[in-house]
Amino acid sequence: MTLHALAAGPVVDPTSASGVFSLLWLVIALPAAGALVLLLGGKRTDRWGHWLGVGTVAVSFVISLVLFFSLLGRDESDRSIGQHLWTWFSAGDYKVGLDLLYDPLSALFLMLITGVGGLIHVYSVGYMEHDPRRRRFFGYLNLFVAAMLTLVLGGDYVVVFLGWEGVGLASYLLIGFWQYKDSAAFAAKKAFVVNRVGDIGMALGVGLLFATFGTTSFAGVSKLAPQASGATLTAIGFLLLLAACGKSAQFPLHTWLLDAMEGPTPVSALIHAATMVTAGVYLITRSNFIFELAPHARTGVAVIGCITLLLGAIIGCAKDDIKKTLAGSTMSQIGYMILASGLGVAGYAFAIFHLLTHGFFKANMFLGAGSVMHGMEDDVDMRHYGALRKAMPVTFLTFAMGYLAIIGFPGFSGFWSKDKIIETAFENNTIVGLCALIGAGITGFYMTRLMLMTWFTDKRWRENVHPHESPAVMTGPLVVLAALSVLGGLLLLGDWIVDWLSPVVGEHPEGHLAIPGIVLSLIVLVVVAVGIATAWFFVGRNEVPDVAPQRVSPVTRAARAELYGDAFYDAVLVRPGERGAGHMVTFDHSVVDGAAEGLGRSFNGLSGGLRLLQNGYVRSYALSLLGGAALVVAALLVVNI
Amino acid sequence: MPVTPFIVLSALLFSIGAVGVLVRRNAIVIFMCVELMLNASNLALVTFARVNGNLDGQIAAFFVMVVAAAEVVVGLAIIMTIFRTRRSASVDDASLLKY
Repeated sequence: MTLHALAAGPVVDPTSASGVFSLLWLVIALPAAGALVLLLGGKRTDRWGHWLGVGTVAVSFVISLVLFFSLLGRDESDRSIGQHLWTWFSAGDYKVGLDLLYDPLSALFLMLITGVGGLIHVYSVGYMEHDPRRRRFFGYLNLFVAAMLTLVLGGDYVVVFLGWEGVGLASYLLIGFWQYKDSAAFAAKKAFVVNRVGDIGMALGVGLLFATFGTTSFAGVSKLAPQASGATLTAIGFLLLLAACGKSAQFPLHTWLLDAMEGPTPVSALIHAATMVTAGVYLITRSNFIFELAPHARTGVAVIGCITLLLGAIIGCAKDDIKKTLAGSTMSQIGYMILASGLGVAGYAFAIFHLLTHGFFKANMFLGAGSVMHGMEDDVDMRHYGALRKAMPVTFLTFAMGYLAIIGFPGFSGFWSKDKIIETAFENNTIVGLCALIGAGITGFYMTRLMLMTWFTDKRWRENVHPHESPAVMTGPLVVLAALSVLGGLLLLGDWIVDWLSPVVGEHPEGHLAIPGIVLSLIVLVVVAVGIATAWFFVGRNEVPDVAPQRVSPVTRAARAELYGDAFYDAVLVRPGERGAGHMVTFDHSVVDGAAEGLGRSFNGLSGGLRLLQNGYVRSYALSLLGGAALVVAALLVVNI
Repeated sequence: MPVTPFIVLSALLFSIGAVGVLVRRNAIVIFMCVELMLNASNLALVTFARVNGNLDGQIAAFFVMVVAAAEVVVGLAIIMTIFRTRRSASVDDASLLKY
């Protein structure tokens, strides 16, 4: 097989920004400035800081909208705009400019990040109202938004890496926001360390890009990619996949996401559901010019997606913590996106489509969960919920919209996006398609279980808990996100999103499906219905036990233990690491300290011996004086003779 | 003028003084032995001055006398003080300055 047999991805060839597009840098600069003011301003900004945080993101959103519509007005072949801010660093011929790239792909991301991000900022004003460190929280949120925008706007892998690390930092700071809790501090550390593993992939991948092409800009790499050898491109592809696995919590680096739920709920919604965890999908889609030429790497991407979508769904089934159930679901849904982006040109657009709709409905449900926690004294155990639909009607209705969207109820946004991915998967490979199909059924199960345990069944509230609806500042964003969850499917109207993204990811090929699409949709619906019915059979029919039953099948036990992912890493990495560190401590204490202290002790002993010469008797001093003088005289005599 | 008898005498005196310093315990006697050593060296100095026919040795001998006088003043004062406080002039008793 020659290289030319493979279809190269479209070349990135941005035109210089002018007119309204010269405002592009402001989209990043505003939240960055907000973060700077809030984090350096100290207590002076406590009173109005949160509104500043909301304001910067809101203005960024307005600019994003303006830019989007300007881009819409341009010719399809002319929708890639680059803005060179300054040269970041250069060495010889190699130059890294702080270049921004605004094209149909980043345009969608810009609106998702600033739009959903803005709504979550508004929500946080209410959610964090009683937290004395609310200003700092908004500073971190703004920092996150700025870093995430850098990630999706960077026109060079190195600039993307800057944003990549920035979101990692913000995620760390926000997971550990309640750092006085040991569990939060531990979860933050874990997220950071696991992410580092992925970042190694990113750093090595970018390094290999530089070594191969002598440039790391998207424009340069996309032009030169067809000239590189297949093995090199496959290696780059796998390294970028490793990076994506870390950031997007994909198998085998998925273990941090469930613990990341220790952070405040708006953080879970913004960073660990809607935006940051989708960065891996963005990276793969953006690097389509490499993955198109590296079919093995693409297969790896699809396989990882398949594994994770089932893994996350199974974990979601067994968790009693509402946020962890949603986190498992997030892993699973991102698995769908990764799977779709592993399917190549046929899947990129649907990966991004599902990313957007998932951003809407998952943010909606996370914020809904936050609203529930707000009313339930921060209790996250669904076994303590039940029959909340009357106590919190608005949250219930908006949550129900998100629920219908994620299970893929016809007409809702998730129906369109997930259906397309399953369809494309079947076009590609039956096994992959079956995985996606089974995943949809399990999604129906765990989401219905969550719905029943939270909103229906009997009251199982603890004493002194009086559920109440959240204030308007929190329900407002919920309503908007619920509307988006319902209407998100409109993006697919007339294949709009597919055409919109085709300049970035290439023309969508015609699929060949053995059965008509409508039949497949019906099959998916039946599978989902089976999942829902099973959930009702197990949860809705009977009383929900107050404590999780202990006599359960091994499958349930495994799912509760997160399929032993943590146990595996504990046994293979953490405990040997601790043992190794213990040995190093012993080595340090015995050998290193022994050498240093032994030297000191030997000098001590020597001086202790020498000290005895000072006996205080004048005559002995006189004798040594005389002896010394005699020695000197004798030496002189010897020399002279 | 024969030099050897003078030098032999000087060496003899110096040795007596040195041995005295080392073996006697009474501070006053040790002091006298030190004086003996100084005077032995004076004798050597003036002998050699005579041999060489210049005054260098004589002048050095004067310096030694002056130093010896000064030393006696200070040394006797110290010995007096020690004797007053400890009722003893034995140097072995004054052996507190040690490890």
